[in-house]
Amino acid sequence: MEWQTFAHEADVGIRGSGPTMADAFAGAATAMTSVICDPDRIEDRVAVTLECAAPDDELLLVDWLNALIYEMATRRMLFSRFDVAIADHHLTATAWGEPIEISRHHPAAEVKGASYCELAVRRQADGQWLAQCVVDV
Amino acid sequence: MNISRLKRRGNFEWELPAAGRMRVPGVIFASRELLEAMDEKVAEQVANVASLPGIVTASYAMPDAHWGYGFPIGGVAAFDAEDGGVVSAGGVGFDISCGVRTLRTGLKLADVEARKARLADVLFARIPAGIGSTGSIRLDARGMEAMLKGGARWAVQAGYGSAADLAHIEEQGRVAGADPACVSELARKRQRDELGTLGSGNHYLEVQVVSEIFDADAAHAYGLAAGDIVVSIHCGSRGLGHQIGTDYLREMVMAAPAAGIALPDRELACAPIKSALGQRYLGAMRAAINCALANRQILTHLAREALAEIFPGVRLPLLYDVSHNTCKEEAHMVAGHKRHLFVHRKGATRAFGPGHAELPREFAAVGQPVLIGGSMGTASYILAGAAGTEERAFGSACHGAGRAMSRHEATRRWNGRTLIDDLAARGILIRSPSWRGVAEEAPLAYKDVGAVVDASDHAGLAGKVARLAPLVCIKG
Repeated sequence: MEWQTFAHEADVGIRGSGPTMADAFAGAATAMTSVICDPDRIEDRVAVTLECAAPDDELLLVDWLNALIYEMATRRMLFSRFDVAIADHHLTATAWGEPIEISRHHPAAEVKGASYCELAVRRQADGQWLAQCVVDV
Repeated sequence: MNISRLKRRGNFEWELPAAGRMRVPGVIFASRELLEAMDEKVAEQVANVASLPGIVTASYAMPDAHWGYGFPIGGVAAFDAEDGGVVSAGGVGFDISCGVRTLRTGLKLADVEARKARLADVLFARIPAGIGSTGSIRLDARGMEAMLKGGARWAVQAGYGSAADLAHIEEQGRVAGADPACVSELARKRQRDELGTLGSGNHYLEVQVVSEIFDADAAHAYGLAAGDIVVSIHCGSRGLGHQIGTDYLREMVMAAPAAGIALPDRELACAPIKSALGQRYLGAMRAAINCALANRQILTHLAREALAEIFPGVRLPLLYDVSHNTCKEEAHMVAGHKRHLFVHRKGATRAFGPGHAELPREFAAVGQPVLIGGSMGTASYILAGAAGTEERAFGSACHGAGRAMSRHEATRRWNGRTLIDDLAARGILIRSPSWRGVAEEAPLAYKDVGAVVDASDHAGLAGKVARLAPLVCIKG
C-alpha cells in the first residue's frame, strides 16, 4: 500500500494505491491523515470499526473518508493504520489510532470533508488500484 | 489562464462566451495580471456552473478566484426557482457561512504596542483554536434547536454580546427559514463540543491596526481612523456545517439523475429549489448559517473578555459581520424586472451598495462594509459595497487574497518556526498550536491581497476604505 498527497490550489489532493482496491482505500486514508499530521507520530493504541456502503466505487471512497472524518471529529482521535475489506460496494474496516494530543501531534489542518473533486477509483495499466480525491481543509 | 478565448468587457471585466452546455456566459472580474495568474481550472469551473439549470444572467468569478471544487472559490451564481433553478450544496461548500467580523476597540496603536505580547498570550489562552480544541458550551437538544433557529440572536440572549451587535450582522444575526429538523444527528453530534471554537486552516483571530484610510467618508461612517486598533475573526459553522455539506452533497449526487440534472462535475451536486430535497437543504444550510453566526458571536464575547483583562473598561463594538460561503434568497433587478433569486456565493462576499434596504441606517450613504481577510504577514482590507454593484454581480465582491500555491508547496518552501520568528521581527506576533499549520498559511502562499482589492475597486464591485495591518494573530 502506498500513499501520497497531490497539489490542489485551495485544498489538498489525497491518493492511495496498492494491489487491491481495499489497499488503495487504506492508502487514501493514510494520505488524509498526513494532511493533518505526520502519520508516524500517531500510535495505534485504540481500534474503531467502521462500515459503509455505496452504489459505486467512487462514492464508496468518499463515504469511507467521510466516515473517518466523522470519527476523528467526534472522538477527537487521529488514525494511522487501517485494515479495509471491500466486497460488492460494501466496506468494513478497522482504524487504529489514538486521541489527539496537540503538543505531540501538532495537527496542522482539520479536514472538513472529502469532496468529489478529482475523484477516481480505478485499476491502472500496471494492475495496481488507485483511489483519490480532494479533501477540504 | 489562457485569456485568448475571453472577450474583454472592460479593464477589469472579462467574458467567457457561452458555449457548449453553458446556458449563460461566464464573467471574471480581474486585472489582466490576476487573470493570467489564475489556474485554467477556474475558467472550466465557471463554465460548469454556467451549465446548471435556472442560472440567471451569468456565472461570475471574483478577482480572488482560484481552483475550488465544483464552483471556483470566488464564484457567484444566482438561480431562479420559477425557472427550474437549483440550489447546490457544492456551490456553498463544507464550511457553510464561513465569514469575517471586525470589532472596533477604541484603542490606538500606542496603547497596545507595549502590551502586545501579553495580549497575544491571553487571547491564545482564551480562544479555543486548532484541531481537537473544544468550547465550554454544551447544548442539550432544546438548546441546539434554539441556537440553530436563533443564530447570533440566540447567543446574545444567552449572554454573549449585546443587542447592539445584531444590527451590524447580515440578516440582523439570524437568517430566516432555518429548519433544525433537516439537520442530521451526525451533524448535531459533530457540533457538540465545537461551539465557540475557531477551527484551523485559514481561520484566525487577529488584532490589527488601521494603517491607511482610502475613503474618509466611508471610514467615518464605519467609525475608523488611522492608528485605530481593531479585532477581526475569521471562522465558520464548524463541524455542524461540515457535516451538513457532506450529508447533502451525497444526497444531491444520488438524486441528480432522477431530477433530470446532468452534472458536469459531481461536486456541483444540486437539486431543484422547488424539490423536497432542495427545500430540506435550504432548511439545513440556513441552520448552519445561524450556527456560524452564533459561533462568531461567542468568539466575540471571548475576545472582549480577553481585551478587558488587559485594558479594563475597553468596549469592542461590532463594526460588521459578513459570511462568504452561502446561498441566500435575495431580490435583484434583472433586465428591469425584480426577481427573487437564490444567490450562491462561494468564497465571495455580499457587497450591497449605498441605499440598499438591508443596510443599517448609519451605513446607508456609503454602502455595506465588505471585510477582506488577508494573510498573517500582509494586510486585510475593509471595502464598501459600490453603487450599482447589484447590477454587476448580484451585489458581490471578493473575500480574501486567495491562495497562490498549494499547502504542500508552502510547507516545502517555508518552516513554521522560522516564519514565526521572521514575523515577530517585523512586529507581528503569531500564536498557533501547529508550526506546520503556520507554514501552510505563509503570507507568500497567498496572492497579493492589494492587487485583489484594487481589482474589486476598479471593477466597481467594492471600493477601498481602509487597510488593516496585523499585530497579533491567533491561528487555528
